Parts: sequence; C-alpha cells; structure tokens
Amino acid sequence: MLANTVLLALRAIRRNLVRTVLTVLGVVIGVAAVVTMVTLGNGATRSVSQQVASLGSNLLMVMPGQRLGPGRSSAGAPSFKVADVAAIEAQIGSLKAVAPSTSTGVTLVHQAKNWATSVTGTSQPYFTIGNWKLAAGRIFNTAEEAAGKAVCVIGETVRRELFEHEDPVGEKLRVKQFSCTVIGLLQSKGQSAMGSDQDNVVVMPLRTVQRRLTGNQDVGVLLVSLRDGASSDKVQDQLVQLMRDRRRIAANEEDNFSVLDTRQIAQALSGTTRVMTMLLGAVAAVSLLVGGIGIMNIMLVSVTERTREIGLRLAIGALEHEVLLQFLVEAVVLSSLGGLAGLAIALVASIGLAHLIQVPWMFDARINALAFFFAAVIGVLFGSFPARRAARLDPIEALRHE
Amino acid sequence: MPSPRLNEPVSPRRAHVVALKDVVRTYGSGPNAFEALRGVDLVIDDGEFIAIMGPSGSGKSTMMNILGCLDVPTSGAYVFRDVHVETLDRNRRALLRRHFLGFIFQGFNLLARTSALENVELPLLYRGEPSDQRRSAARAALDAVGLAAWESHTAAELSGGQQQRVAIARAIVTRPSLLLADEPTGNLDSERSREIMDLLTALNRDQGISIVMVTHAPEMAAYARRVVHLSDGRITQITGSAS
Repeated sequence: MLANTVLLALRAIRRNLVRTVLTVLGVVIGVAAVVTMVTLGNGATRSVSQQVASLGSNLLMVMPGQRLGPGRSSAGAPSFKVADVAAIEAQIGSLKAVAPSTSTGVTLVHQAKNWATSVTGTSQPYFTIGNWKLAAGRIFNTAEEAAGKAVCVIGETVRRELFEHEDPVGEKLRVKQFSCTVIGLLQSKGQSAMGSDQDNVVVMPLRTVQRRLTGNQDVGVLLVSLRDGASSDKVQDQLVQLMRDRRRIAANEEDNFSVLDTRQIAQALSGTTRVMTMLLGAVAAVSLLVGGIGIMNIMLVSVTERTREIGLRLAIGALEHEVLLQFLVEAVVLSSLGGLAGLAIALVASIGLAHLIQVPWMFDARINALAFFFAAVIGVLFGSFPARRAARLDPIEALRHE
Repeated sequence: MPSPRLNEPVSPRRAHVVALKDVVRTYGSGPNAFEALRGVDLVIDDGEFIAIMGPSGSGKSTMMNILGCLDVPTSGAYVFRDVHVETLDRNRRALLRRHFLGFIFQGFNLLARTSALENVELPLLYRGEPSDQRRSAARAALDAVGLAAWESHTAAELSGGQQQRVAIARAIVTRPSLLLADEPTGNLDSERSREIMDLLTALNRDQGISIVMVTHAPEMAAYARRVVHLSDGRITQITGSAS
C-alpha cells in the first residue's frame, strides 16, 4: 500500500521537473544556508581557539590592579619588580618558565623610514612562553640582559615596514634617543584572536627598556607558563597567596593585582563565536521556514492545477487517505530531495568559503542530519494542508473542473 | 478500514448488475430546490449495452453519477449487485468503484506527461497489485484496444482517438462488471467515433462487460441494445430489449 503510494508520488514528481525544482528551491537554499553558516561558525570557533593556543597555552598573566575592562582600578596598585620573578620561580612548583614584561609605545626609525609600535622589555624565557621561534639571528643572552645592552629582536611586520628587502640582522634601529642593534627576526604568527597583529613587536632585554625608555624599575606584567598537566587553579591560588604576602596585603584587604588564565580567555572567546554561530544558524533557519512556505504555496497551486487528475483518481477508486498520503509523500519527497541538494551545495560552499576566509573546514554531521530532518518535517508540516484539500475534493466537481 | 466484503469478488450471478428504484435526486433545499431526477426505475442486466439519451438538463449526468457511485440518491434505492449504495459512505463507495466499475470520460482524463502504460496501470496501483501482474494486465488491456505498440507514449504524443483507447484500456484493466461511458465520442470526429464504438461493442460482446453510455448523438446510441430516453428527470421511453 505505502510502496504504491510512494510510487504514485514519485511518478507525479517526475512528471513536472520544472515545478519540482521551483518548489524545492526555498528548502535547498534554506538547508544550504543553515549548514554553511554553522560549518563556517564552527571553523571560526576552532580558529579562535587555535590562535589563543598559539599565544601559549597554560599561560597565566599576573597584572597589577583588579579586573579588565571598564572600571578597571589599577590606578593606585603598585607595579611588580624583577624580584617578584625570582620569588615566583623559587617558591612555586610545576612552572615551565616565568618572565617579566614591560611594554611601551615608541617610534622606530631606520634610515628614512619610521614605524610606530610597542617595545617589550623582558627576559629570555619570554620566547619560550610565547611559543616564539626565530626566523633569523638569535635572541639576547644573559650577559646582554644583565648589562641592559641596546639589542633587539623584531617581528615580521616591523621588518617589512622598515627593512623591506634588506636583511635586518646586524642593522641599527633608532629608538627615541638611542640606537639599538637588531640581533634576531621572529617567525610570523599572524593575527591574534582579537584581530591585532602579533608580528608588530620589538623585544629587548628588560633592563634596556627600564633604563632607556620607561626610566623606572617597574615591571608591567608577569608571564607564568605552566608545565603540561599542571593544575592551573592550584598554581593560581599559590600565585595569589605569594603575591599577597610580597605586597603585604592584609587579610581584610582586596587583591591589588589579578591573575588571568589565557585558557579562560580562550574559552570566553570561543564562547562568543559559538553564540555568533548560533545566531547565524538561527537566521538561516528562518530562510528554511520560508522555504517550507514556498513548498506549501506550490503544492496548493499544484492541487488546483491537478484538480481533474485528483477527480480521476477518486473516480477510479482512490480512497481519501490514499490521496492525502500521496500528496503528503510528494511534499516530503520534494523537501527531502531539496534537503539533499541543500546539503550538497553547503558542502561545496562551506569548503570554498572556509578557504576564502581562512578558517578550518569542520564538517559537522549533527547539523547536516538536523537540517535534513528539519527539511523533511517542513514537508510534512506544509504539505499536509494542500494534501487535505486534495483529499476532500468532490470527484464530480473535480472532474468537471477546467 | 471499509468492510472487507467489498474487496472480495461477488459471486457471479446472471441476475441484474444494478437496479435503480424510484430514485430521486434533489439539489439544494427549500424554494430553490431543483429535482434533477424525479423517480427513476431501471434494471440493468449483466452483459447489457445501454445508451442514455436526452437533452441537456434532462438528468443524464446525475443518473451517471449515481450509477457510478460518485453520488447517492436523495431518496429511493440504488442496488449494486446486492449492496445498497445509498447506505455506503464515501470511502466504501470508492472501494466499490475500485473493484467493480470502469469510467470513460468525454475529455479522456489521462495523466499528462505519463506514459500510456502507466496511465493504464493507475487503477491497479490503487488495488495494490504487485508490479509484475500490474504490468502484464496493463499490457493486455492496451493490446485489447490495439495500442500495444504505443505503451511508452504520453498523452500529448497520441491522437484523440488513441487517447480515448488508452482511457478505455484503463477502464477495463480491472475487469469491471459495469463500464460507465460519459459522452465517449464527444471530442472525436465521426471516423474515430465509429472506431471507439466498435471497440466498446466488441468489449461488450466478447468480454461480457456491461456498458452504460451517455450520449446525445442518435448514431452512437444506435450501437446500444437498449436506449433509455430521459426528459426532465424522468424516463420517457425505453427502446430495444434487454436480451
């Protein structure tokens, strides 16, 4: 019985290919949009997590003051000192490396060119912590650190802006009042998750920056890298305790510093992109719904157009529920075909677009299955009204219909 | 589901196929009521070939609809074999049509963009017959109307006469006890009309299918063995004889 009804429906669909294509176009576009959006969104989420990971995973940043963002109260908070680095290294276990970091904005001059960027003063572990690799030259050594020598390691963007085709290693850069020698070039890291250029950097020994640029002994941020498998929470607790002791904060006072976990930042960021993905998917789902209404429209037109045919079917002995089922099956087969076509288009489009906007292509079987299922359900939902209308036709009237 | 009794072939009796007993069909109600049939009595025996004639508005179509179980009398009885059709609901009447009736229309009513073979198969699909039996029965019916070579052609590729032959094949493929033909030659020229009438006559004679045909052309009615004349919803005259 059902097999024959499906056969009847398939024959009816095959009879008018143009109408079939027009009917399912909305569903095709809807499914394609939903699946493409979600696939790209997933790729973007993955891309953000990857970029944050490239920042150095298991990285804690200790900053003076409380909270990030608006209302941040770092004003009265004292800065860190180099001694804090030594104390952390000495008193907290399961750390890979600790580095001080102080940044300040400067304008670099090389021959006729100048370039505004920020200089970071730090120690050798900085390069390990930040997963930096050298493209050429070397990083500064302990002697240079101790003496506060005027040497620097530059990022790819700085090289491009100031040296173009020249080899920068061994060249001199003028920074404010002094001139420093470029001893190394960092490998490019590209954009950060927040969209800033990670290659726009100049790294110098901390002492050089303190003496020649900031003019004080302050350290802006302490970078603490954990060993693999170390508990971030435990180290955070120990860090807070240690810094409270060192900064002599009484038990009833709040911290005047904060500890940030990059992994938490990563989670917050990928959470944001996930919300974006859901929103995009929801918008696309609306187009799928509109596609369903399209199916209903064309099915209604089709019922009117095929009134005589329905009359004939009823006259030769089709039962009401058989006509109903035939039109319903037609709608479901149509929307399922549309769903399949949509999935195929989404596959091609998402691979192409992922390549274009440079996010990894992440096939999500769940959203593919869900979109297809939803398309089929839309067929039942929007096909049932025209189908009921067809089944209730009076055969005499229907046969007389012109 | 409707009664399974209708799915089983009724025991062949040489009695009458159908009987109309004082059939009245009224459309509308109150002062606007219109009586299309005003008390019609008619008995049709197995193997008969009857033509119904009469001017427009005489009740021919109404009588055909009632005979075809598409409509029911307002009062009176329509007995098909021993089933009182006026007591059946829509779906049971559909089953009765499916198993015992064949229809031929003036406008052929073939499915567009569908091959002749699939058109003929259609009633068997609703009967749920397996595909190989369906196919061979449809081929046999097309062969019986002389269109065996045309089975893969669609309606648009066939002439009017050929389309009506396909429609006849569709009507006889279920081996109905009663074939209802509503102006079967109304859209055809005289030569095609004669061919169709010869075919109907042969089916009636060789396969014993009872035929009721509505026409207003006397030369078509001449093919029938009995002619029922209708006027203003009443039978005014019956010419010819049943046997």
